[in-house]
Amino acid sequence: MSKVFIALQDNDESRYIIEAIEQDNPDVTVTHMPAMIRIDADNRLVVKRETVAEKMGRDWDVQELHVNLITIGGNVDEDDDQITLTWNS
Amino acid sequence: MAAKKLNLKDKYRLLTRDLDWEFSYQDRKKAFPFEEFEGIKITDWSKWEDPFRLTMDAYWKYQAEKEKKLYAIYDAFAQNNGHLNISDPRYVNALKVFLTGVSPLEYQAFQGFAHTGRQFSGVGARVACQMQSLDELRHIQTQIHAMSHYNKFFDGLQEWAHMHDRVWYLSVPKSFFSDARTAGPFEFMVAIGFSFEYVLTNLLFVPFMSGAAYNGDMATVTFGFSAQSDEARHMTLGLEVIKFLLEQHEDNLPIVQKWIDKWFWRGTRLLVIVAMMMDYMLPNKVMSWKEAWELYFEEGGGALFKDLARYGITMPKYAELTKTEKEHVSHQTWWTFYTHGHATGFHTWIPTDEEMDWLSEKYPDTFDKYYRPRWELAKEMEARGERFYTKALPQLCNTCQVPMLFTEVDDPTQICYRESIYNGDRYHFCSDGCKDIFDEEPEKYVQSWLPVHQIFQGNCGGPELEDILRDYYHMNVGTDNLDIKGSPDEVRWKKWKGVA
Repeated sequence: MSKVFIALQDNDESRYIIEAIEQDNPDVTVTHMPAMIRIDADNRLVVKRETVAEKMGRDWDVQELHVNLITIGGNVDEDDDQITLTWNS
Repeated sequence: MAAKKLNLKDKYRLLTRDLDWEFSYQDRKKAFPFEEFEGIKITDWSKWEDPFRLTMDAYWKYQAEKEKKLYAIYDAFAQNNGHLNISDPRYVNALKVFLTGVSPLEYQAFQGFAHTGRQFSGVGARVACQMQSLDELRHIQTQIHAMSHYNKFFDGLQEWAHMHDRVWYLSVPKSFFSDARTAGPFEFMVAIGFSFEYVLTNLLFVPFMSGAAYNGDMATVTFGFSAQSDEARHMTLGLEVIKFLLEQHEDNLPIVQKWIDKWFWRGTRLLVIVAMMMDYMLPNKVMSWKEAWELYFEEGGGALFKDLARYGITMPKYAELTKTEKEHVSHQTWWTFYTHGHATGFHTWIPTDEEMDWLSEKYPDTFDKYYRPRWELAKEMEARGERFYTKALPQLCNTCQVPMLFTEVDDPTQICYRESIYNGDRYHFCSDGCKDIFDEEPEKYVQSWLPVHQIFQGNCGGPELEDILRDYYHMNVGTDNLDIKGSPDEVRWKKWKGVA
């Protein structure tokens, strides 16, 4: 088991993204640090466009994630509907 | 009926496949002359895939948005005298190290990725390198803008580009990137894209920038995180390069592993500067260097190398050793700068009693035993009016160019010395890792421009140290250097804050 992670700037948009991540990935650990929020998960984490859009109450493009992204750990795969981070171990 | 919007995968395919062309009247090998000499075998460039599938239209759109956010904050910061809100004037010295030591590396990365992208015949890799090259140019520009505000109020920020090329300790970061850029394109990608970006830059940009926020520096945290949002893409490119090379041909494995070993070790040496910044230069501390190393290298890097094990990749050589070194390097590095503080372009100081207690708590096995006594002695000497500055110039490692300050893994009281003889000359190293790197490519490293050697050879002016600092380094002697106590920076700060 390995930890994948994502860190986002601590701001209004990220708060919705994090709510969406928590809903779609039930066992994540959320850590607040100065100006940033880090989310860890076992082996896999997904950010879904639909869930984020629902939380924000507007359309959301997965590529908008780049604006608030700080760092990631894991193999990335992104398409129109979601971005996933995975470790194959 | 409107044309159906292309999805991400199709857009990416069109950009990176259909925009390429066949060479009909020119020799492809002559167009990409550096692609084969490193021994890397590529059988099918079309297998290259950017997992973010970023295309140029999306790239410009989101980069523009990042820039607008960033510059709005810079304006607010400057208009509201943001420099008055930092925790402590000592903090600005971390920015001086950053601007002179790190920002010029962004420019080197811009040059490196522009060159490397040109050398790849695969269009996916070429596009990714081009985007990264543009990112790196953005990073140096935004950092200069952020620092220009501090430059109006604090010393030591005025000659960063000149200093980067000349000052003794700045040859450490400069030579790191020069080494990577003078390697072949695949080694450059493994060095910078993978080993530096993926494995190590989190340690610089994440906890340190969070620390900037914690110290009231809105401008730096903002450029730091804005740059880091690009880094997430760079890290992914770095990882993609490794997977691509290993999937292309089994003969690539030993070459890639050797580069990972080399550049991991080069990186750990470079990052001792960050270790010192986190443990000693941030007045409000977020986490210790040791904790950051455990979180981002041991845990994060550990997961990465476990994932890569399926290709036959193993943990970098000497990674084990860093489990011991993480307890020592920040203390040894800051002590070296403190004792050479007359020759630094920033101020140094003795940690306060509260800071020493924090260091004891974070380093229970080493700080009180090996390092607190030194600071207690420095305090006594300072109280007697004999603030200690060494009279000697440091001996430098011929590979990493860091002064010989590291100790033997099993004896923290013994400085580690290694050497090799090449063509009748003796070369000195700080560690087995740096000696191995030299022994592998001695013809490259005998050319190292070692600042202390250059001084003794008379190539940096002089004859006195002060002449070198003033005329060759462009330091304002007595203003930029020496202890923070009594410095013009400190005097101005007290005046602004209305304290005696």
